Amino acid sequence: MELYMSLAIGVLFTVGVYLVLSKSLLRIILGTSLLTHGVHLLLLTMSRLKTGAAPLLGQKAESYVDPLPQALILTSIVISFGVTSFFFVLAYKAYQKLGTDDMEQLRGEENE
Amino acid sequence: MNNLLVLPLLIPLCTAAILIFLKNNIPVQRWLSALSLLATVACAGKILYQVRMEGIQTLHMGGWLPPYGIIFVADMLSALLILVTAVVGAFCLLYSFGTVGEQRERYYYYPFFQFLLVGVNGSFLTGDLFNLFVCFEVMLISSYALIVLGGTKKQLRETLKYILINILSSTLFVAAVAYLYGVVGTLNMADLSLRVAEAGQDGILNVIAILFMIVFSLKAGLFLFFWLPGSYSVPPAAVSALLGALLTKVGLYALIRTFTLIFYHEPLVTHSWIACMAAATMILGALGAIAYSDVQRIINYNVIITVGFIAFGLSVTADHAMDGVVFYLLHDMVAKAALFILGGLIVHVTGTSQLQEMGGMMKRHATMGWMLFITALAIAGIPPLSGFAGKLLIIQGGLEEHYFWLTGVAVASSFIVLYSLVRLFMSAFWGEEKPRPATQAAVSTGMLLPAVGLCFIMIMMGIGSEWVYRFVSEAGNTLINPAVYIDAVLKE
Repeated sequence: MELYMSLAIGVLFTVGVYLVLSKSLLRIILGTSLLTHGVHLLLLTMSRLKTGAAPLLGQKAESYVDPLPQALILTSIVISFGVTSFFFVLAYKAYQKLGTDDMEQLRGEENE
Repeated sequence: MNNLLVLPLLIPLCTAAILIFLKNNIPVQRWLSALSLLATVACAGKILYQVRMEGIQTLHMGGWLPPYGIIFVADMLSALLILVTAVVGAFCLLYSFGTVGEQRERYYYYPFFQFLLVGVNGSFLTGDLFNLFVCFEVMLISSYALIVLGGTKKQLRETLKYILINILSSTLFVAAVAYLYGVVGTLNMADLSLRVAEAGQDGILNVIAILFMIVFSLKAGLFLFFWLPGSYSVPPAAVSALLGALLTKVGLYALIRTFTLIFYHEPLVTHSWIACMAAATMILGALGAIAYSDVQRIINYNVIITVGFIAFGLSVTADHAMDGVVFYLLHDMVAKAALFILGGLIVHVTGTSQLQEMGGMMKRHATMGWMLFITALAIAGIPPLSGFAGKLLIIQGGLEEHYFWLTGVAVASSFIVLYSLVRLFMSAFWGEEKPRPATQAAVSTGMLLPAVGLCFIMIMMGIGSEWVYRFVSEAGNTLINPAVYIDAVLKE
């Protein structure tokens, strides 16, 4: 199971990196959100995907899945939500003011 | 157990929360943030005193013993760094009162300032890797806001790049944490250190170590500094002083902590990478510092050279070099804040940031000129000033460990620092006085005061080197012997 997850994460990373390297700002933001998806799945996978009950003590199971990575992922998800929404608004504002979403044109010292 | 440790985090956090409600009352905002910084300085001083008297202080959040809960640890290095952070923060705040402008102050400048300090202090104090990530994010998100606040075209343009780089490096940070958790199954730094030592730092752990190195190098501007010159030149001088003095240093602190506490078993792999990157950083930074004739660019490339220099000290891993790293880190936080503030004042007075268009300021602004001169000498490492002792110790360590080439590069980079800053001094303050812009910008005493204070600290740190060294050598000792840190955290 870990193997399939690793392959899927690899695909997410590949697509994310490809999008981040593109010219359009919106594609770059999509790329970063794919990357964060990949990394959250990686956190989940790295704690081993053994079968067990959800980490709720009421379930009275023999074994539970590791609860720590789930807490880490939850933290990381909200952080990346915050940053992504800020990034979107910034991109919108930059589009309004600079009049372009082409990163190629935002390279140098022009546009001041 | 020592509840004092959480105060450097809690005071700015509560202040920031209160300041949000006082949006339109700027005088109250100023008073409150100044008071809270004074309180933080006092707290940091108290923590430093306790660490000096009673050894490493720890705080287990919620009473959960390590490795299960989150822990705050103040060893000598962290205690010194939070004290200097608070002092530098106070001077930057004082400088921003007169310069940052009412528009920014109205739009939550002071809350962002306080949140940045929360992140920085948290990163210095935490003893948990994931908590370090969270504190990094607190610091970074406030820095995005501070850089873009004002919303001019160039600020928007550079913030886009700055955010993108930091999202990528944070993603890599989480990936590195995931791999490390997968291999050793813990996140507490002291416990990590033990388990990495037990497992032996073999192939997979070396890969993870290098991944952490990439992450922290991106944050610190060690070799991967391509984002730094642009993003640090766009915000107002008070903000870039804060960023230049604190942000890269947090990255450096994380590098120092990881590679002295956790991944210190294979210096041939990890530390020689750091050494190569440090050499490249010093050379490229030096090229940048000579190439530009723009005040902000020159200062930014000086930040990069220093990062390379400190990383060189870290890669040497000898007693003297570690003491030097701590000493130089403390000096540089003060000196870079002073340099950014003075650079901001020069731009404020002349109305331009190009060296060719300024000159002859010595007649009207002699105090500023001499302060810039002192700062330049201190950063280059001229003996009676604060930069000397740190540089001497790092170079001594480098020679003792037979890193002759690297030491040569480090010494040469000091000459180039001196050249670039003296060139700045000469072209701004000597020569013919250039015609001023029509609206003559005045410099009030309040704007000069923070620079005076920082220069005073640099001189005192230089003269009182022996006294500072007593603290610094204790910090260096903990870095060389991670067992001291681990014992303090795990055995209670």
